[in-house]
Parts: sequence; C-alpha cells; structure tokens
Amino acid sequence: MVHDPFKQASSARTLSAPPSANDYMKDIVFRAFAYFCASAIILLVVYIVFEIGSEALPAIKTHGLGFITGTTWDANKGEFGVLPEIWGTLYSALIALVIGGVFGVGIAIFLTQSFVHAKLELVFRTTIELLAAIPSVVYGLWGIYVLIPLLRPGALWLHETFDWVPLFSTELSGPGLAPAALVLAIMILPTVAAISVDAFKRIPYRVKEAAYGMGATKWEVILKVMLPTASSGILAGLVLGFGRALGETMALAMLIGNVNNISFSLFSPANTLASLLASTFPEAGDIEVQALMYAALVLLVITFIVNVAGLAIQQYTMRKFEGKK
Amino acid sequence: MSEIIQSSAPVIQYPSLEKNSLDIREFKNIFLTIMVWGIAIMASIPLFSVISMLIIEGGARIDFAALTEIPPAGFEMGGGFGNAIIGTLVMVGIASLISIPFGIMAALHLAILDPNSKVATVSRFLAKVLTGFPSILAGIFVYGVIVITTGTYSAWAGGVALAVLMLPTVTLAAEEAMKQVPQRMKDAAFGMGCTRTQVIMKVVLPTGLPGILTGVILAVAGAAGESAPLLFTALFSNYYMAELAEPTASLSILIYNFSGMPFDNQIELAWSASLVLVVLVLLFNILARLVGRSKFKE
Amino acid sequence: MTSLSDTGEFIAKKYEPKGPVVLDCQVNNIYYGDFRAVRDSHIPIEKNKVTGFIGPSGCGKSTVLRSMNRMNDLIDSFRFDGSIQYHSNDIYGKKIDPVVVRRYIGMVFQLPNPFSMSIYDNVAFGLRLNGYKGDEEEMVVKALKRAAIWDDVKDKLKNSGLSLSGGQQQRLCIARAIATEPDVLLMDEPCSALDPIATRQVEELMVELKEHYSVALVTHNMQQATRVADVTAFLGVDISKGGRTGYLVEMDDTHKIFEDPQQKLTQQYIRGEFS
Repeated sequence: MVHDPFKQASSARTLSAPPSANDYMKDIVFRAFAYFCASAIILLVVYIVFEIGSEALPAIKTHGLGFITGTTWDANKGEFGVLPEIWGTLYSALIALVIGGVFGVGIAIFLTQSFVHAKLELVFRTTIELLAAIPSVVYGLWGIYVLIPLLRPGALWLHETFDWVPLFSTELSGPGLAPAALVLAIMILPTVAAISVDAFKRIPYRVKEAAYGMGATKWEVILKVMLPTASSGILAGLVLGFGRALGETMALAMLIGNVNNISFSLFSPANTLASLLASTFPEAGDIEVQALMYAALVLLVITFIVNVAGLAIQQYTMRKFEGKK
Repeated sequence: MSEIIQSSAPVIQYPSLEKNSLDIREFKNIFLTIMVWGIAIMASIPLFSVISMLIIEGGARIDFAALTEIPPAGFEMGGGFGNAIIGTLVMVGIASLISIPFGIMAALHLAILDPNSKVATVSRFLAKVLTGFPSILAGIFVYGVIVITTGTYSAWAGGVALAVLMLPTVTLAAEEAMKQVPQRMKDAAFGMGCTRTQVIMKVVLPTGLPGILTGVILAVAGAAGESAPLLFTALFSNYYMAELAEPTASLSILIYNFSGMPFDNQIELAWSASLVLVVLVLLFNILARLVGRSKFKE
Repeated sequence: MTSLSDTGEFIAKKYEPKGPVVLDCQVNNIYYGDFRAVRDSHIPIEKNKVTGFIGPSGCGKSTVLRSMNRMNDLIDSFRFDGSIQYHSNDIYGKKIDPVVVRRYIGMVFQLPNPFSMSIYDNVAFGLRLNGYKGDEEEMVVKALKRAAIWDDVKDKLKNSGLSLSGGQQQRLCIARAIATEPDVLLMDEPCSALDPIATRQVEELMVELKEHYSVALVTHNMQQATRVADVTAFLGVDISKGGRTGYLVEMDDTHKIFEDPQQKLTQQYIRGEFS
C-alpha cells in the first residue's frame, strides 16, 4: 500500500491525494527500463568489441603482429598483412584533414565573424549541413563520373612537369588517392565546420569587444584573439573529422582503386582498412573472414583512440569556458 | 639619469587618423576577406555539382518503370529499382522501431532521471564514441551476431545494423532536446508532487517533442543513406522481398553495385537511384527543420 | 546585542507559537556539498496563519522554504540535518516519499513556470494528478477566480499558458497550485514578477487562503510582510567564517518584529541600513 500518513491529519478540505499504487508501479517499471536502455549502450559497445575481437582471435593467433607489418594480402597463399591498408587509411585521412580542415575552419570563420548578412549566412550554413546529408555512395558515384575525369588533365600535367616530386610520381589512370581524399575532405568538412562554429560561438562577446576596443582590425581580432581562443575546440573538430575520415567506407571503396600499395603519390591507387573490408568480405572464405575480422579490429582500435582523443579535447574546451562542472 | 630626461625633448608625433588604403594592414584584410569568401563559395560547389548531376543524369531515367520494376541483368535494357526502394524503407523502418524507443528511454535516463550517475556518464561518452565509429563495423558486428547465427543474410540483420548506428544519434539528440526543457517547468511539476515518470510523461516529453522529433528524423535520414552496414547483413536481391528473413535489396547497395558495371543502362539506373535516395534523405532533412522550427516559446 | 561580525554561533530566542503548528521546522544544518547554507534555525509554521520570511539576499530563506516540501531533494549535493514535523511525521523520515509530501505541501515559485499546455489544462493538472473524481471544470474555474485571473482568461481557456504576460502567468501558477487545495502553501517571492495591482490581488488571496490553509511566504519586500504576514521570521547571513551561512536571527509576531525588534541586526535591517 502507498504510505500516506498525512491524509487523515491534514485539513479536511484538501483534495491532495498520494500517487496511486498504479502510479508507483509505472514509475518503477519506467525508470528501470530507462536505466536498462542507458546501460544497453554500454553493453552494446562492449559486445561489439567482444564480438569482433573473438571472431578475429583465430587470425590473431595465426598471424600475430606480423599482420600489421605484412604487405601482402593473398587468400590463396594464406598470407595476410595490412600495412598498405593502414598506410592508405592514415594517408588518405591526413590529406582529407588538411583540405577539409582549412575549408572547415575557413567556413567557421566566415559563418561566425559577421562577413555576410544573416539571411545569406543561413544559406551557406544550410549548404554545409546538406553536404553532410548526401549519402556516401552518391559521393562515390559522383567521384567516379565527375571528379576523376575532372582531375585527370591536371593530374597528367602535374605528373609530366613535376614527376621528380614524390607526390606526383605516378599517373592518375582512374581511381586513386587524390579523388578519394578529395571526396573524404568534402565529407568531413561539415563535421569540422560544425564543431569549429561551436567553438567560436562559445567565446563570450566581451572578448571580441575588448580586442576591438584596443584598436585591432577585424582580421587581427580573428587571427590573434578569436582563433587562439577557439583553438582547442577547433582541434577537437579536426580530430573528430580525422576519425570520420579513417572509417569512411563506401566512397573510398569506389574511388581509391583497392590496390595494396604503399606510395606517396597522390595519383596512384591505394587501399584502406574499411574499403578492404567492403570489397573483400562478400567473396571471402572462412580463413579470409577471420583475417578480415582482425583488420576490422585494427580499424576499431585506431578509430576508438582517435575519437576518444577528440572527445576528450572537446570536453576540455567546454569546461574551459563554462567553468568547472 | 637626469641628463637623459633633460635631453629628450618632448617630440610627440600624432598619427594620422585617416584611413590609408595602401596600408599593409588594410591590404592583408582585403586579401583574407577574399580568401574566406572564396573558401565558402568553393565549399558550396560540390553540393551544387552533385545535385545538378543527379537532376540531369538521374532525372533522365526517372519514370514509372524505374520506380517499380526489378533491376536488369547484365545486357538487359530497361528495368528499375522498385525492390530496392521497398527494401530501404523496410530496413529503415525496422531500425527505427528498435532504436527510437531505446534511444529515447536512454536519453531520459541521461537527461532527467540520473544525469550525473556513473552509468549515465559512461553511457553518454560511449554514445559519442559510437557516433564516430566506422559504420562498416556495425555491419561486421551484426554479420557475426545475426547472419552467422541464422545462416542467412536478411532484412532483419540489415535493420539491426542500421539500428546500431541510429541508437547513439537518437539518444544524444533526444537528450539535448530534453535538456532544453526549462528547469522551471520541471520544478513546477515536481513541486506539485509528480513522480519522476509523471514529470517526464506530462511535461518533459510533450514540451521537448519538437526537438526530439528533429533529432529522430535526422537519424532516420542518416540511416536511409547508409550502405556499408548493409553490405554483409542484408546483401542484395534482384527481386521484391517476400519475407524479412531473406537477402534484401537497398538503394544504396544498388548504387554501389551498378556504379562499377560496364553497362550504360545500369549506370543510368545508379544515377536515378541516387536521385531517389537523395530526395528521400533531403525530404527527411526538410521535415526535421520544419518540425524543429515549431519549438515552444519561452 | 549582536551585530554582523560577532554573531558567531548565535542562536535566536525560541519563538513560542500561540496557535497549533502545522509544520514544525527545526533546521540544524543545510549543506550543498561542503557549503553550509543554513544553520540552527527553529521556525514553526502555524496553522491558518501567514508566516513571512525576510532577510538579506543569500540568507537562505528560499533554501529553508524549499526544504519544507523537499524540493531541494532534486539537487544532488543537498543535505538536510534536522527535522520538519508535519502532523506528527518527520517529512524527512525514512519511510516518507517526497512525492507524497509535495502533494500536501504545494509551492508557488519565484518566476512563473506554466507548462506548455492550455490554461485550462495547467490548472486541471494537479486535479488529474491527484485523481480528483468530482467536477473538474468547477474546481478549475474556482481556482482561476481565487487567483484573480478569471476575468483575463475566461474567454481563452484553450490558449497556451505561455501566451500570457508575466504577471498573468504567475497568477495562473498560483491558480494551479491552489486548485487541489493543498494543506500548506509555500510561496517563494511570488510577487516579484507582478505589477502593483496584481500584487495587491495576490496578497488578498493569501489572507483569504489562511482561513482554511497555512501559508509560508518568502518576500524581499518588507511592506508586503507587514501587510500579509501574521508572524515574521528574520534570517541573517553569517560571513564570519568565510562562508555565507544563513541563520534565524529573530522570529515573532509581525508587528513586534517591525515595531519593537529585540535584535540590533533586525533593527538595522528594518531601518534599511543593509539589504
């Protein structure tokens, strides 16, 4: 029964009544379910790591750390190594980060430092947000039929003129690192821009006011005050954008060429961990699936570390401006 | 010491306060402003290029046949992707049915019921980590858990893989929306003797609804465009689905498969399917914006 | 005689209530984490009277009030050391559910906080919550009339509560709080958002309410205390130990507090020498 010592004693006219036993039941069940759902997210992550880890276990036992340093992937010989994929993953993500980072931060400055009328700003903001809404496969398709043909004349010229520069040492014969990294840059740009915009908006108005008050020009305010103040937030955006780039699958599988190859050249085909999984998994036999699970585990570990680092920086930034919490 | 003071005559040169257009500062300002404009405009080009290609290439083949027929084989002409549209909708539906209730309940725990507890802190952090997970890992996880166990690729498996991706997005967006409900309103409800569940059902959910819906719709839009998690969970099928426990077609996998084919017919269909997929995703985005605009007044 | 600096562990003279007491509030200490917000205050709330709380800002008068229906339980770091007897039950007792306490001891907050639902639904909220079986509409109209807002809203009961002006919103919240006729009504500076006319009406309402119920009122406005409170408690702030701890300085009949205060601190406050 509901414990209510007050009804009898309180003034006779009151309409107050305690919650019914039914209300209490609902409350308990509801809260227990909410608690379960929140815990389920933790369990899900643990389960994902456990599942992929245990599927990869046979391959870990067979190949050990040689898997990470090996450069051959040959299911017929039973030889598996992912160094070219790790290289390709990091290299393509890094190029994407440089391009996407410059553009993302530039756009964040453009959108937050009153360069345009509010209405036009909304147009640009929406454009960037919609950039994130386009599915990965559509970017892949666009990359194959628009971007690659567009890049080829320029790539050819660069290769012929500067073939002694490692970046341009091969020809772009179709799919390759350059179109893949460019599309990656487009895909991470909204992430970098959104988090950087957030970092700029967190800066109290008085900081800007103080800088203007000392006679700084608009760009001096932006470069010497706003940018350093927002730097840790922007760094978080860059790291999280890098994490996105590492795990992107479909567009890369369609554009990078899927060739196990370690090269600095922007125009040579390459491979990444995620696109290796996408292109090899469907036709893989049991042994190869185990090796792929190992590759998935490597990808999981890399992205986990990068994402945790990015989130840690982001939380540090929030605390910096909101006081300790 | 005193000598120096004496010898330094008070020569004060007042700077001109006029604007000097040849000033290096001014030049730098103009240059940087042009740069940042250039960046903003260049960043918009891909979107317009993608959209115009979709309209030109994809629009050319959009007709009743494309929307309803099944995919053509090798050298066949005609055909369409009706089964892929159905497959995408069904799998996104399954994912929504799983992830939306779960995500909203989890968000309630994180936002209202026990925001500072250990479980909430860890769960919130892992949800954020999970949003940055490569989506293909969700596919591999569900492949191990469902496809291997049941022995078949299925719409179920595809839906669950999408649900894994949607769950953290829905949770975090719903938590954010619930936190927007003013503390004063919650206080008022508590002050009247509501149980925590009553505060949630009567005040927090109705008030936070527009924000929650916005987040949910955006998560659905994201799931509709996903393909990596479907690669080895739903696989693909050339036919309309007869049941949920069989390989199922989806728009995104169809685009992936057809994009690399050496046949013009298939490539045209890949563009049309992309158009349909993007229109679907953008419709969800617009809907989310409209719903979000009807936020409560303070 | 006491003053701001040498209060130390001063404890106010015990106020002897003249009538029956509905809430016998004995605060030993109230903490937020390590911060000691209020100490050593015995404040009985008498039945069918308005008890006013006055004092400088930061003296913990709102904290004490919010402790009386366990609203502060919603703050994680809150810790209450003491007892509040309500009908021979300690509301901080182990078996007591704060939800039940809040059903009998209602609250009006400093800032208006209507729900984003219709005006009618706002007022009916408590009735439905408490499972009222009678004529809901009649009770809603009655509450709106008593809160002096009926004339403003009678033609638009279906409009959102948030569409009203600030003063109207506050009277709506008062209507919502009194609709269930709670045994005790806690009011935390309810008139700070109201214009003089509305303030007048709410004050009249308080006087009317005390015929059947008991009211505890925190106010920053001393004239308001003289107008409506039967008994007044004056709380001060102890900053001697580097903290800001509130405590009861003096409690007595209102006319006694304002005309013949016994403590020097009270005299200074009444004369407006600090606030």
